[in-house]
Amino acid sequence: MSPVVKRPKDKFRLPTKYWLLILSTLSILMMALTFLFDFKIETPNFIVGFTLVPFQNGISDVGMYFTDKAELIAQINDLIKENNELKEKVDSMEIEITTLTQDKYELNNLRTLYELDDRYSNLQKTGARVISGGSDNWFNVFGINKGESDGIKKDMNVMAGAGLVGRVVEVGPNWSKVLTVIDDSSNVSCMVLSTSDTLMVEGNLETMKDGYIRFSSLSDKDDKVKIGDKVVTSYISDKFLPGILVGYISYIESDSNGLTKSGYITPAVDFEHLSEVLVVLDLKENAEE
Amino acid sequence: MKRFIYNAVVIFICIILHTTVFHALSINGIIPNILIVLTACAGFMQGKRIGMFTGFFCGFALDVFGYTPFGYFALIYMLIGFLNGYFSNTFYPEDFKLPLLLITFSDLTCSITEYITLFLLRSRFDFSYYFLNIILPELAYTVFISVFIYLLLLISQKFIFKTFVKEK
Repeated sequence: MSPVVKRPKDKFRLPTKYWLLILSTLSILMMALTFLFDFKIETPNFIVGFTLVPFQNGISDVGMYFTDKAELIAQINDLIKENNELKEKVDSMEIEITTLTQDKYELNNLRTLYELDDRYSNLQKTGARVISGGSDNWFNVFGINKGESDGIKKDMNVMAGAGLVGRVVEVGPNWSKVLTVIDDSSNVSCMVLSTSDTLMVEGNLETMKDGYIRFSSLSDKDDKVKIGDKVVTSYISDKFLPGILVGYISYIESDSNGLTKSGYITPAVDFEHLSEVLVVLDLKENAEE
Repeated sequence: MKRFIYNAVVIFICIILHTTVFHALSINGIIPNILIVLTACAGFMQGKRIGMFTGFFCGFALDVFGYTPFGYFALIYMLIGFLNGYFSNTFYPEDFKLPLLLITFSDLTCSITEYITLFLLRSRFDFSYYFLNIILPELAYTVFISVFIYLLLLISQKFIFKTFVKEK
């Protein structure tokens, strides 16, 4: 055997400590950029949109399929019974409908006369599915399966059923991130529907465990606001469209300053079981007044 | 190369599971933090270098899906992965105590750092509430899940790399 042993050339590798230094600097730089200068880094959203989001979509599809199937089996007997009852009901209701359509026609005419346009139903909305939860237990953030290509823009309002869920905070090509109103860092300017008094609704991690969010700065000198009053988004909010239901007042107390009141609100949306949401395509800044 | 592909695949799978499946498995709204388990395991099983990279990518994914500034979790997780790497010399696969202890400390460090930087600085002073209602349940759930993840990682590494050899 020849004494000359061919040694494979050592590949050059940057030592770990230098990597640590580089990556730390990179992290701190990114934090500084996003936090201090409000500079948006778009590339990660873009990369994630093509690598991770398709898988999340798939898993959420599978999950939906199984929950649907499980529900189907559980409810099949009830449904058959209900179906028969409903068939009878339909007949009687059809007669009712014909009279009601006449009434509605009349109502619409009167509404246009009074220029009481129903803003709620005129909002353009698109349905989206929740595909991913947030990063951890400290934030109430989730991902939806619609993004820039579906016309979603930052600050669009997100609803579920009749209530406000939150707003879009970041948009990727095919997914976007929604910050809920119950998140600890969320503040929404609202008003009490019955008296038009404004108040601030603050998401709070502590109280949300019991199903409430806090409100404060309610100026209600005449003590007109009662428990159970509806709270809707106000006209002065710069990101939320006016008149969207947020929740119901469940507790009020006077602040120590004697001028304002604060308390708790029960949200109108069940945040624990969100699977489908509606994104309002009208932005507040473009909304016609 | 083999190690690179193995780690990339594991990170990828864990990120997807963390953001989807584990949200469905949440108990009373608390989800286990499997990415910290993965980061810590990568650290003490495969050394500082791989721990550091795993931590960086896991943390970065959390920044993208969460509501923290980019680089925040990336930095924390990277340091946790790197520090766990110091224990790779005293780590033996048969011994369960050290891995569980390291995972516990990693999760605790991560949670408390997060409380201090993101909540305490916004004048949320009720530490005992957050500790009892978020940090502690998360820790318990995470440690419970980590037993399975640790075993899966151990078996897969033994199977793929044949012998259990740590990278220097």
